[in-house]
Amino acid sequence: MSDMSTQSPLGQAVRRKEDYRFLTGGGRYTDDIRLDNQAYAYFLRSPHAHARIKGYGLEAAKQSPGVLGILTGADIKAAGIGGLPCGWLITDVNGQPMKEPPHPVLAIDKVRYVGDHVALVVADTLAQAKAAAALIEVDYDVLPAVVKGPDALKPGAPQVHDDAAPNNTSYVWQIGDKAAADAAIAKAHHVTRLEFDNNRLVPNAIEPRAAVAHYDRANDQYTLYVSNQNPHVERLLMTAFVLGLPEHKVRVIAPDVGGGFGSKIYLYAEETAMVFFSKQIGRPIKWTCERTEEFLSVAHGRDHHSVAELAMDKEGNFLALRVKTNANLGAYLSTFGSCVPTILYATLLAGQYKTPAIHAEVTAVFTNTAPVDAYRGAGRPEATYLVERIVETAARDMKMDPTEIRRRNFITQFPYQTPVALQYDTGNYAASLDKCLKMADVEGYPARKQASEAKGMKRGIGYSCYIEACGIAPSRVAGALGARAGLFEVGQIRVHPTGKISVFTGTHSHGQGHETTFAQVVSDRLGVPMADIEVVHGDTDRIPFGMGTYGSRSLAVGGTAIVKATEKIVAKGKKIAAHLMEAAESDIEFKDGKFAVAGTDKSLPFAQVALTAYVPHNYPLETLEPGLDETAFFDPANFTFPAGCYVCEVEIDPETGHTRIDRFTAVDDFGNVVNPMIVEGQVHGGIAQGIGQALLEACIYDKESGQLLTASFMDYAMPHASDLPTFQVGTTCTPCTVNPLGVKGCGEAGAIGSPPAVINAITDALGVRDIAMPATPLRVWETLQANQ
Amino acid sequence: MSSVELSLTVNGKPVSVTINASTSLVELLRENLRLTGTHVGCDTAQCGACTVLLNGRAVKSCNVLAAQARGMQVTTIEGLAAANGDMHPMQAAFKECHGLQCGFCTPGMVMSACELAGRMQNPSEAEVRAAFDGNLCRCTGYQNIVKSVQTGLAAMNK
Amino acid sequence: MTQFNYHSPANSGDAARLFKTSGDPKYVAGGQSLLPTIRLGLADPSDLIDLHGIADLSSIKASGNLVSIGAMSTHADVAESAEVQRAIPALAYLAGHIGDRQVRNRGTIGGSLANSDPAACYPAGVLGLGATINTDRRKIAADDYFQGLFTTALEPGELITSVDFPVPEKAAYVKLRNPASHFPLVGVFVAKTAGGVRVAVTGAGACAFRVKAMEDALNAGFSADALKGIKVDPSELNRDLHATPAYRAQLINVLARRAVAAA
Repeated sequence: MSDMSTQSPLGQAVRRKEDYRFLTGGGRYTDDIRLDNQAYAYFLRSPHAHARIKGYGLEAAKQSPGVLGILTGADIKAAGIGGLPCGWLITDVNGQPMKEPPHPVLAIDKVRYVGDHVALVVADTLAQAKAAAALIEVDYDVLPAVVKGPDALKPGAPQVHDDAAPNNTSYVWQIGDKAAADAAIAKAHHVTRLEFDNNRLVPNAIEPRAAVAHYDRANDQYTLYVSNQNPHVERLLMTAFVLGLPEHKVRVIAPDVGGGFGSKIYLYAEETAMVFFSKQIGRPIKWTCERTEEFLSVAHGRDHHSVAELAMDKEGNFLALRVKTNANLGAYLSTFGSCVPTILYATLLAGQYKTPAIHAEVTAVFTNTAPVDAYRGAGRPEATYLVERIVETAARDMKMDPTEIRRRNFITQFPYQTPVALQYDTGNYAASLDKCLKMADVEGYPARKQASEAKGMKRGIGYSCYIEACGIAPSRVAGALGARAGLFEVGQIRVHPTGKISVFTGTHSHGQGHETTFAQVVSDRLGVPMADIEVVHGDTDRIPFGMGTYGSRSLAVGGTAIVKATEKIVAKGKKIAAHLMEAAESDIEFKDGKFAVAGTDKSLPFAQVALTAYVPHNYPLETLEPGLDETAFFDPANFTFPAGCYVCEVEIDPETGHTRIDRFTAVDDFGNVVNPMIVEGQVHGGIAQGIGQALLEACIYDKESGQLLTASFMDYAMPHASDLPTFQVGTTCTPCTVNPLGVKGCGEAGAIGSPPAVINAITDALGVRDIAMPATPLRVWETLQANQ
Repeated sequence: MSSVELSLTVNGKPVSVTINASTSLVELLRENLRLTGTHVGCDTAQCGACTVLLNGRAVKSCNVLAAQARGMQVTTIEGLAAANGDMHPMQAAFKECHGLQCGFCTPGMVMSACELAGRMQNPSEAEVRAAFDGNLCRCTGYQNIVKSVQTGLAAMNK
Repeated sequence: MTQFNYHSPANSGDAARLFKTSGDPKYVAGGQSLLPTIRLGLADPSDLIDLHGIADLSSIKASGNLVSIGAMSTHADVAESAEVQRAIPALAYLAGHIGDRQVRNRGTIGGSLANSDPAACYPAGVLGLGATINTDRRKIAADDYFQGLFTTALEPGELITSVDFPVPEKAAYVKLRNPASHFPLVGVFVAKTAGGVRVAVTGAGACAFRVKAMEDALNAGFSADALKGIKVDPSELNRDLHATPAYRAQLINVLARRAVAAA
């Protein structure tokens, strides 16, 4: 890529600009930050899943060496600090708003899950803070706990929020036409029914959460460094909804962040308490989560129990899908906890199919477990799992080829209005299915199966044709659906006098490679070499505004905002160039980094126009401001709809129950691709997490005590290199119609599409209707025993 | 005796410190020496983000007492690049093969990979995967890490 | 971590003296199990006595029908030892598959045996080969050494110095790993020795144990088929998130058969 000025880097596998610092130890993560005179925070957490707090004994802890202060829920209450907000209002079937019991920054009166925040202890050293926390006496009246969603609705179940959420229910919500679905199911040729869990997961970014909070009395200014995916949202929620601080006096910096996967979107209690306390302590306060603490307190993902019914005529045409889901929200409504099992889930239940009638009812319940929120895919993996499991099962019921039943029901006309609110703009599902079948060598499968059986092994093949809604979101639509925030994005292009460029984006890169991808986009649009472009993110003082990174939105929404800003730069540059070259503005063309007068050989390089903007000696100052710095906000007209086809082939050892994924093939339609290397990497990572869900990962609470049984990597099985095969990945392309880049987003696809492909393969191999995720060796072996 | 005096070599430079006996090697590196490229990702010595070389062998520095490194050679991610800033062949391979995303597990991965030079010639994909049981990555799905390690080892073994 | 005194004695006599004079001491060898235990607050020793400074604890010698491995030999040392690979390849294989590479670079045979984690690999090899554990006080036969959950024949302050492994006619170790911790869910070491066949199991009970019925069957005829239908009573086996007693009983049989086939 040496001759960047003549060849656009768009679509090229440009190596990442950010890698040098990460590879040489120069990354700067929150725990790497050490402020002068910083003190250390430790959170005392509830050892009980459910208990009333009758009182505290703080004296011994306060006298403990090095202690600078202790904050409890009583202090929070006395200071009049409100609870952590939920960013999405869901309306119940009865027209009432969801039940939103208070989510206190530190527990008030009651603790509601193991790990719930009881007190913040600040001391000179971390060891002193921990030692003091151990001296805090909390008088608990331990109550019975409930941890499973369906159990929370049973008569006599412990009530997590008492009268604030009767029957542990936040809301019962529905979407679609119930009467139409009921009628179609009643007269169908066949109805395939499945009932299953979508297992609870722990995101487990390898960098645990961390924060450093500092109050500068001289300037009445707060600074918070925090491992977070959306610093502006963090600031807005914290200042406007919880602490009542002036937004402009709080700076939130999300420096290098070691993975997020959704878990670092949210406003958490820890950093909120720290910002509040930093003013009283008068010193910077640092907190770094330990891994077990992370297991206990980070927002978890998934945890649904669903019943699905798919009605068909005798040719296998889908007539209706009826879904009832119990969604476990955990003990409190996390920042986006309410919209994940509703808006991000049930609106995707059409999948890639033209099922005419769909109805879904979601009951969202509180339990004595950590809050549940968006984890890579957020609602869409749950929807895809349900649709693709029942479609595959329906094919088996109908004795049809699983690809044939899908093909028969594919949506082929676009735009397509689904019965569950979304309108798909474009797609070609048969194309990705065809390509995937070919890449996966499905033709050779019977021979491979025979070879496995000859060794005494079982082999199975499973398919998954997923769709997701990304590019979150159109603000107007989101607002109508209950969002309490806009979902646009912001891009700023600052052209420096020398023609070098700083790009400011409101999205945040924590592994996605924005510093490279966004520079490719700007290089393409402005003809400036990649080396002359710096992408800046993660600081509310440097970036005008932003909604951050989640929902595979950064390029589709944030990248488009940047494109819009480049368009403003070019428009202004044309005015300057027209003046300099004494031509009409309408005759100026911008191409290959030059402003040229059409039909002539007169042109000016971009850098010269930039210099003129800052040294405006010969410049139309009467009609044009100097400078070359433009900001654009972009709010898309629709979601984007990445889709694709995954094929998984497993070989199972029937004696041990061990499953080996022999082949995994993924074909995705992400629209246009800016950097295929980065896109492939995103797909790999997503598939690994999806396979993790299907084979390995389970977050398990003890039913009686409510203790988290999988609170470390010793018990929670993370995917290791040796658990995974080499993935074959490919793409198809129908350019997205709702943004000028034609991009759809690629961050979550792998995690969304892969779990049903794996489980479809395993159930195929075992010849069983269903197996619960994760399909561990134990579970596979037990399933085989039960079906012998 | 709860404080310990020790001398060791870190990235080729002699270091002498007096530390609490319970200080782990990673704390010494990160807190005392401010070599923050070595990361901590778990409490049970499983994620491998803190991997460094101790006398040329990969170890989890959260699981070694600093005192146990007395007189030894420690190499961290900061010690790999050339004096002029050029990346070490293993670092270059990770960049070339997109073997990293968020970068948090990366220093441990790279250090772990460096140990294999001279010990593994042209390892197969399966051999590399097995050799990384002590390093967790949540971003990459490991595929490009495997490719990076193979590429880096080929360059180092040349 | 909590506070403790740190000692690095130069010989085993000093180590033993330090142990006697300290309040609540612990020896630390590789520290791969002990240090996380201390960090998580599950152990709180007053003194750590580091054994790395003691000379002659890490030699590996093979002579005649015996392989002698110094207590401070790391798993990597054993796995990479040409002598071990030649004399008892199954033991080199076992050592080369403990935990992960970083753990193998620090963890030691002495440390593993002193800790006697119910799911550690080495106990299966030590018991399966009928090794002798040499301490600074005596020799302990493997059959007398493992006594229960994290419980061994070692007396307080007694220090393992080396382990002597008789070279078997043939042997193999096969395990299935816990998908999270990578400790064995079950590991089975089968050895055909001069004194007969030995079958040792780890990961399944409170500590490593032998399966007499399997040994008898294999002594009658050393083939995988000889083990068909021989099940260990599940009532004595461990139950956790990743395996039930019945599943462990199944694995013992399957892995034992595979070990016989691989030996």
